[in-house]
Order: sequence, then structure tokens, then C-alpha cells
Amino acid sequence: MRLSPLTALASLWRARRIPLAWLLLTRQPVRLAVALAGIAFAGILMFMQLGFRDGLFEASVTVHKLFDTDVVLLSPRTNSSIAMASFPRRRLVQTMADPDVVGITPVNWNLLLWRNPDKRTTRSILTLGFEPGDPLFIDATVSEKARLLTQLGRVLFDARSRPEFGPIEAWFKQGRTVETEVGGTRVRVAGLVSLGASFGADGNMITSRETFQRLMPGSSPGSIELGLIRLRPGADAARVAKRLQEQLPPDVTVLTKAGFEELEKTYWRTSTAIGFIFTLGAAMGFVVGCVIVYQILYSDVSDHLPEYATLMAMGYKLAGLLGVVAREGLLLAVLGYLPAYVAGQGLYALVRSGTRLPVYMDPQRAVLVFTMILVMCLGSAALAMRRLGDADPAEIF
Amino acid sequence: MPIRPKSFERGRALTSAAISVSQLCHWYGSGTTRRQVLQRVALEIEPGEVVLLTGPSGCGKTTLLTLVGALRQVQEGSVRLFGEELHGAGRAQRQQLRRRIGMIFQGHNLLRCLSSEQNVQMGADLLEGLGYRARRDQAREWLRAVGLGDHLDKLPHDLSGGQKQRVAIARALAAKPALLLADEPTAALDSRTGREVVDLLKRLAREQGCAVLMVTHDPRILDVADRLLRMEDGQLFSQQLQVG
Repeated sequence: MRLSPLTALASLWRARRIPLAWLLLTRQPVRLAVALAGIAFAGILMFMQLGFRDGLFEASVTVHKLFDTDVVLLSPRTNSSIAMASFPRRRLVQTMADPDVVGITPVNWNLLLWRNPDKRTTRSILTLGFEPGDPLFIDATVSEKARLLTQLGRVLFDARSRPEFGPIEAWFKQGRTVETEVGGTRVRVAGLVSLGASFGADGNMITSRETFQRLMPGSSPGSIELGLIRLRPGADAARVAKRLQEQLPPDVTVLTKAGFEELEKTYWRTSTAIGFIFTLGAAMGFVVGCVIVYQILYSDVSDHLPEYATLMAMGYKLAGLLGVVAREGLLLAVLGYLPAYVAGQGLYALVRSGTRLPVYMDPQRAVLVFTMILVMCLGSAALAMRRLGDADPAEIF
Repeated sequence: MPIRPKSFERGRALTSAAISVSQLCHWYGSGTTRRQVLQRVALEIEPGEVVLLTGPSGCGKTTLLTLVGALRQVQEGSVRLFGEELHGAGRAQRQQLRRRIGMIFQGHNLLRCLSSEQNVQMGADLLEGLGYRARRDQAREWLRAVGLGDHLDKLPHDLSGGQKQRVAIARALAAKPALLLADEPTAALDSRTGREVVDLLKRLAREQGCAVLMVTHDPRILDVADRLLRMEDGQLFSQQLQVG
């Protein structure tokens, strides 16, 4: 019994026939090369466009992902990280009444103007303010460096910010005192952290809430832009978020951490043309690929029409010949996808090093692009098959 | 007048005939342009018999061949292949019947992308119940039988006209047909090669007990026939064999 799949395979192997689809393709190397180049091109285009799109959305939550939190409090007016509205800090304190909540961290969040100490130009930087004793990020190194912030006017600069903010990292490592202006107030870089530029912010810095108040004189000390809520282990974040939302007044929104990230991604997806542009780009690749594959398969079937008619005259079924065209499509899809995948990997690495966008070959996208190529090739094959209907065996005598 | 083979007169059962055609009429076009190409054609061919069909072009020879080859729908009259009626037969039934008919065309009609061995195996692949190796071995044997044992891996492109036609014969015979239809198989060949090909065809068909209906214009090969038919204006006549 255990051998039966093997014997089934063996009998399939015994019943195999001349691999006509494979030979039709490989015995015309130029046409095959053109077809594969076209498919690979379409595949690469789809990989790049979808990669950029997902990378940009992913990049928008670079900082969001770092927070050590299960549930967050936001102002209902907040719809993205570039326009965080404030809400009363006491709402965050109120959540401590919930038995599942074990810790909270009030966070100030705003985009401020950073002056490049070298070139004197200004650029918008994402500034986070927190109480230096509170846990902020999952990565503990920030908390260790937080004591440097207890002195007023000190900031931690994100070394992975874009270079337009100035040679902060280099200067700091040389031991120089790095001072500059943020929002017109003098600050000193007390240390470096590694966070990463996100879509809405080219650079980040962290400071104490007290310094933050000084950088933003208009803001009220009792208001914050983000409240981090940590739950006891095993608590269901979604349920707690729902419960807190019901208990708290409607001047705050309660979201899980995933919901917080989704809010940000949704903003970029819906409020900007990014998603549309890149999806359109991918669709263009798909259409171009369809046209190329269809042209190739159609002319291939046309060129071999007398041969197909001969096979029909010999007693081969039309369905069997349609199968040959379908297999040609399938082979083209597989053979064209491989170079597209390899080139995609290479280009992603290039994009990562060139733009610091978190573009990776995630399996989901790899499968999606393969599916698109498969649909492209099999769809084109199905259209090219209509030409086979013209193969009339009575006409070949 | 109906043409009857000698064997029929010897009283063989009617159903044993490879082909049995009677009252066959065929038209092309419709309405006022409708033109009759076959008029009450009758014909019988016994297994193992080689019948040659001649006639001026446009007289309906090829139409008869396509009707007998189950490539075209029978409009009127009766065509029986191996006892099966073709009149009213559907696409699938005709396709099934075609598996038992070998066809050799004026142009060799080989698959350009296949080697001669693979081309012949396309014929052998139609046989059911045989493993891949068995079918391949058969293909090789047939190629050896037509004298192309050294050209197994050559593409049609690299073969001469006579060699291509011999591959086509091997391909037609590899499917073990009970009936072989050939449309001017020597048209593209010089006289000596044409002679060789036809002799080979006859010998191999004999060995298989396979009936042969061959359309030809070539007067040099008429002597291979057991029987000679002549067609004119859609009507079929028996012709005297001129041996010599």
C-alpha cells in the first residue's frame, strides 16, 4: 500500500510522451529568449513596484514598531505620525485602573526643525519626548542612555537619520561637542541611538519631556501625543483596548500596537497616491508581460498551425493540442519567473543600500508575483489557443 | 458504376473491407455557388490491397481522400471504415478513427522542432498501453526499416526530401494503421527516390496487412498498384493496369 504513490508515478513515467511543449520552446532559442526576457522584465517591474509600495508603507512605521507597548492611546484627531494631535495626560493615568495594565509611558511627539550644524540648513525631524526613567522602546539601549537626558537641553540623535541632518554621528564619535538648534532652541547631542528613518520623518531624535516643553513653548505640560500602555503577560490586547475605549471619555482613541501601525499605513495608503501609483506600475508590468507572451504564443501557434493540423489528422485530440499550448505557457511562466526572482533580490538589496527603505523579498510578494506571471502566461496561452481552432486537418492534403 | 475489388467477387464478407464507400456525394459552397465535387462514388478496398487513384487536378481526388480519412464530414452517401459508418459520425468518433489511419502528405508535414526519431514516436505515442521505452524502440525500428537508422537525431531541416518522406512513412506506420492514405507522396521527389519511397511503402504496408489508397499523378509508379482507379469530374472509374 505504501508503494502505491510510487507505482503511480512509475506508471505516469512509463506513459509519458514526447515533451512537445518543451521542444517547441527550446528548439527556437531566439523566440524563447525574447519571451523569457519579456516575462522576466514584467516580473522585475512587478517586484520593484510592489516592493517599493510595501517598502514605503513599511517604512512609515519604522519608529512605531520600536515602542515597548501593547496598547496605545491617541487623540481621535490623530490620523498619522506627521500630524499628531495632543490629549490630556490624565487619560493615560486613568488606564492604570484596569487590572490588565501594568505600566504606562506618556510620550510627546512632534516634528521640529533641526538645523544642520555643518551647513546651517534646517530640516524637519521627528522628536519624541519621554520621562527618562520610563521604558520607551523594546530595545533597552535607549533606556540605558536615557539618564543622559536628565540634564536639560540634551538629546539622543538617531544615527540612522538621513545625512541631510549633518555629520552628527561622525562628529560625535570624534569626541566633539555637537550642538545645534532645534526649533530655535539650543540643544546638545548627548548620545546616539539607532532607530531608522521612516516615511514621514527623515530623522529622529529623543529627548526628555522637560526639554521637549522647552523646544515647544506653546504646548501644555499636561498634554501628550501618545500614551504607551503595557499589559500583564497573557492579556488580550484587543480586548483590553476595546474595554478601555468603552471606559474612557471619547477624547481619546485606544488602539493595539498593530492597530497603531495600521493607522499610519492606512494614512499613507489612502491619503496619498503612493499605493495607487505603485499598484498601477505593477499593473503596467502585468499588461506589458501579457502582450509580450500573447504575441509570442500566438505567432508560435500560427507558425506551427500546419503541424498542429497534421497531429490532428494523425488522431491527436484537439484538447491534447490545447494542452501543449497550455504547457508552453506554464513552462514560460516558470522559466521567466526564475530570472525575475533573482534580479528582484539583487535590486532589493540595491534599493536597501541606496535608500534605506526596508524592501525585502517577502514570501507573500514572491508568491503574488509568481501568480501574476502564471495568470499572464496561461491567460495568453488561452487566447492563443483560439488560433488552434483554425487548424483544419482537412486543409493539409 | 460501382468498382468492386477482385476479392469482393471472390465472395469475402463485406464487413472485412478496410474501406467501403457507396453513393458518396459531396458539394462545396452553398446556394448558387454550390458545386458538386463527388458524384455517387463507390469504392471498396480490402486489407493489404494497394490502390492508386489518378486523375486531373480538381477532379475530387483529394476530397475523396479527406472524406475517407475521416477529416471531413460526410454529406451524403455512406463511408464505412473498418465497418464503422462515418456518415453522421461526430468529431470525437472521427478523431478516434483517425488513429487507425496513417496519412502521408504531399509535403512531408514533419514537426520541425522534433528529431526524426521523435517525429516517428509522435506516431507511436498514439498506441495505447505501451511504455515510453517500448514506443521509442518501435520508433527506432521503423526508422531502421525505412533505412534511416543512422539519422535518428537529425532534425527534418537536415534531411533530404526523400529522407523526410521516409520519416513521414515511418511515422504513419508507427501508429500501426489499418489503412494508409497517401496524397502524391512522390511529388516533391526525383524519380529514383520516388520509386524507392513507393516500393518501401508498398512492402511495409504489405507486411502490416495495411490497405493503401494513394493519390498520384506520377505515371512512373503506377505499377505498384494492385488496382488502378481513375477519377474524372467527381466520378470514379476502374482503369486497366498497364504493367511494364
